[in-house]
Amino acid sequence: MRHEMRDEQFQTPSLLGNLLRKLHIDIPLFIGLLMILALSFVILYSAGGQEVAMLVRHASRAGLAIGLMAVLAQINPRRFQTFSVALFSVCVLLLVAVAVIGQISMGAQRWLDLGFFRFQPSEFTKISAPMMVAWYLAEHSLPPKPKHVMIAAGLLLVPVLLIAKQPDLGTALLVASSGAAVLFFAGLSWWFMLSAVVVLAASTPILWHFMREYQRNRVLTLFNPEADPMGTGYHIIQSKIAIGSGGINGKGWLGSTQAELDFLPESSTDFIFAVFAEEFGLFGCVGLLLLYLLVISRCFYIAVQAQDTYCRLLAGSLSFTFFVYVFVNIGMVIGILPVVGVPLPLVSYGGTSMVTLMAGFGILMSIHTHRKLLPV
Amino acid sequence: MDRKFAIKDPLAESRLFLSRIVTAFILILFLIVGLVVRLVYLQVVGHEHYATLSKDNRIKISPLPPTRGVIYDRKGRMLAENVPTYSLELIPEQIGDLDDTLRRLQQLLNISEEKIDAFHKLRKRNKSFATTPLLQNLTDEDVAKFAVVRPYFPGVDVYARLVRHYPYADLAAHVVGYVGRISEDELKKLPLEQYRGTDQIGKVGIEKYYESHLLGTAGYEEIETNAQSRALRTVSTVEPVAGSNIYLTLDIDLQKIAYDALHEYNGAAVAIEIKTGGVLVFASRPGFDPNPFVSGISAKDYKALKDSEDQPLYNRALRGLYPPGSTMKPFYALAGLEYGVIDYGHRLFCPGYYKLPNVDHKYRDWKKWGHGMVDMNEAITESCDVYFYDLAMALGIDKMSSFMSKFGFGEKSGIDLVGEVDGLMPSKEWKRRYRNQAWFPGETVITGIGQGYTQVTPLQLARATATLANYGKVVNPHLVQEIITPDFAAPPELRIVPDIPLKPANVDNILRAMTNVVHSQRGTAKLIAKNINYQIAGKTGTAQVFTVKQEEKYNEDAIDFKMRDHALFIALAPVHDPQIAVAVIAEHGGHGGSVAAPIAAEIIDAYLNQTGEAAP
Repeated sequence: MRHEMRDEQFQTPSLLGNLLRKLHIDIPLFIGLLMILALSFVILYSAGGQEVAMLVRHASRAGLAIGLMAVLAQINPRRFQTFSVALFSVCVLLLVAVAVIGQISMGAQRWLDLGFFRFQPSEFTKISAPMMVAWYLAEHSLPPKPKHVMIAAGLLLVPVLLIAKQPDLGTALLVASSGAAVLFFAGLSWWFMLSAVVVLAASTPILWHFMREYQRNRVLTLFNPEADPMGTGYHIIQSKIAIGSGGINGKGWLGSTQAELDFLPESSTDFIFAVFAEEFGLFGCVGLLLLYLLVISRCFYIAVQAQDTYCRLLAGSLSFTFFVYVFVNIGMVIGILPVVGVPLPLVSYGGTSMVTLMAGFGILMSIHTHRKLLPV
Repeated sequence: MDRKFAIKDPLAESRLFLSRIVTAFILILFLIVGLVVRLVYLQVVGHEHYATLSKDNRIKISPLPPTRGVIYDRKGRMLAENVPTYSLELIPEQIGDLDDTLRRLQQLLNISEEKIDAFHKLRKRNKSFATTPLLQNLTDEDVAKFAVVRPYFPGVDVYARLVRHYPYADLAAHVVGYVGRISEDELKKLPLEQYRGTDQIGKVGIEKYYESHLLGTAGYEEIETNAQSRALRTVSTVEPVAGSNIYLTLDIDLQKIAYDALHEYNGAAVAIEIKTGGVLVFASRPGFDPNPFVSGISAKDYKALKDSEDQPLYNRALRGLYPPGSTMKPFYALAGLEYGVIDYGHRLFCPGYYKLPNVDHKYRDWKKWGHGMVDMNEAITESCDVYFYDLAMALGIDKMSSFMSKFGFGEKSGIDLVGEVDGLMPSKEWKRRYRNQAWFPGETVITGIGQGYTQVTPLQLARATATLANYGKVVNPHLVQEIITPDFAAPPELRIVPDIPLKPANVDNILRAMTNVVHSQRGTAKLIAKNINYQIAGKTGTAQVFTVKQEEKYNEDAIDFKMRDHALFIALAPVHDPQIAVAVIAEHGGHGGSVAAPIAAEIIDAYLNQTGEAAP
């Protein structure tokens, strides 16, 4: 009896492990994600004014995201490759539809209302755009030739401009960077990157010259939030106070005064990192960054292990874009980047970004778990 | 190289990829270190500073609204000014029981339920730490009453604020317009950072058209407050920049003369300085007092204004559409000369009616027995209808329409006010497109005397008259003379419209005939020629409001006032060197010569007396 019990106890974890492996779930990556998600509940409880209903909604969204991840993990990456062009085309068409409807209703439009449910095509583009670029580049030999780079950049520019026009600069930036990441991982020559940077920098004054004054003002506010202290500048000033007052050790869980006193706006969405920094201090912040780094490392490992060009490029891009998320959000909250609406990945409340991100991780898991074992 | 010949090298590709992944990972590490450095700077180096701000004191940012630009008339008299008033304002965040506070305030200061509702609406839009006005224009007595009990009302205070005031009230309301509270719809479209601390925006008139100039730039203060939200000290201040002051071309003295002269009639008078296009008079009667709109007019008062039969909110000078009647005749006469259809000496017998060949319908002259033998000069002087029926048929609607369009009929003048209307100069194409009907010759006949479809605004009439007096050099009417900012003074940009090529001799002839309208014994406006030592050229007009049936006599006494004809007059003076062009419309005035012309004459006389053209 005793002996058997011990045996069972011993087997349970490995049984779960076997099940997950059968379900094409990558265990190290999944554990990392679950840790970040668990942390998100802890922070959200405090940042959202200890409201349980908010946690329930967050949990249901997390459940949906994990479900989607698991489903995508089952699909063979070959299929993703086959459907890349179709998916991308559908996304662009939906974006055009949104732009047209937005034109008619004379306002900013990001949602497509299908009657029974509404969704943001720009969210799907975050995945379909790198898929498209990866598919295109994988068709040719690497490193890509200038012609192929130009075509890939042109393909990418279509959804980016459509999204930027909505206007949703944050998402446009993420889509652009996901595509650029594919090009980078495909071996885009350093000369090319350097000249692209030079051309961009050189065209700025020309663009500036053609802008109207109110447009210039808007750009200036974007890069200098302090110029608008009652709006975005207020966010920055208050979030710096929250983060700085947290110190090395933090004020402890539920100890955020800035969020509690409603001084920190958006405290449970885009600016949730400020609440975390106030409560858990520098140690907590470094810990969270390490956790993110852990997930990114595992993703990079999956990318390196991938067996064909398409999978490699897609995996590399999805992993890198995840980091861009982290960097842009935290950079904005700590006041070194302009304020664009990018949430802290997997932690911020609301929005569909968590679902998209987990879908991306599902694809990564699919890539990793569908490898053919090659004879050594 | 073509794809066919490109050979994939999996090993090289995978090596390249690995090197890129390593590069990306190093980049990520660098960026994360960057974030950590910044966090150390905030949380270790700056910790004490931020902890102080967070714990004992907090930073609040309060906007400093700019002073709105002042609007002056051409002689520097204030038409829109800012006067200090007291307002009772609440900071919801600092009030424990808001409903209780409001109830107590209501008892103390006698505040209407409507005001409370308005406050709640505003409060939902504002941030909870921002002040929200409850009551404006407090009397000294109210201020004193509140001062006594102030300690019992935390978060409530009396503030001295600058409020817009229009000293000339109804006189200039249709020009200057007014400001009012920003509406929900406007809020969605505004660049919010420019409107912080301001809850007012130009709604109509100059206040709206030049909103961006008048507004100025908001400043702000960073204020350190203690845990009880009491301000301790100002950390930094960015001063607001006042809006630009605006000088109008309007002369409020002349405006008053025109407005008073219209007294019993609804209508409009517009006077334009011919050489500059500056609008001297832009009167629309009845006017309304714009001052109640500033702090929010009550629903009852607004309804009364809106539903009034006289429509005081309606800007007749800018938007009023009237059949121009005989005021069109000089222009059609000029068209006849310019197109070479007739010459100045052309004579015609007027039997009192006009008939188209093979049609029985009689187009009647206003003079039942006719004018007898008339030439163009006499036809304009006596306003003979038959002469112009005949001329219209000779010209045809296409030439009439294209010639009149050049004078600005049927299109906006581009004046610097919002809401101008196009009016209507009919043409074959217009009728086909909008009525889906063919053009009938009979319609050409009545268009020749300014009846039928033609609709003009008083502004268009004045502008066309000024352009005529200017020998075809198109006059662009505008109200703003100068926009004065702290840095520079700029006149507004005028649009450029091509001149109308006219033969000066033809214009001379038309102006001579129009002079006879006023200065000859048979002129329809000879009444105003008395006591002036300069010459006015003009043209009367009487616009039918309803149609007189065939063989029926128009009996002035028998018909209701509201059915009486509109009286019109256009004029320019002095004839030898035209300075001012005027158009007057008196609704249901009956006759242009006896009602509208004297109003125009008063404006002209006052203006020429000012400039010294008219010797006393």
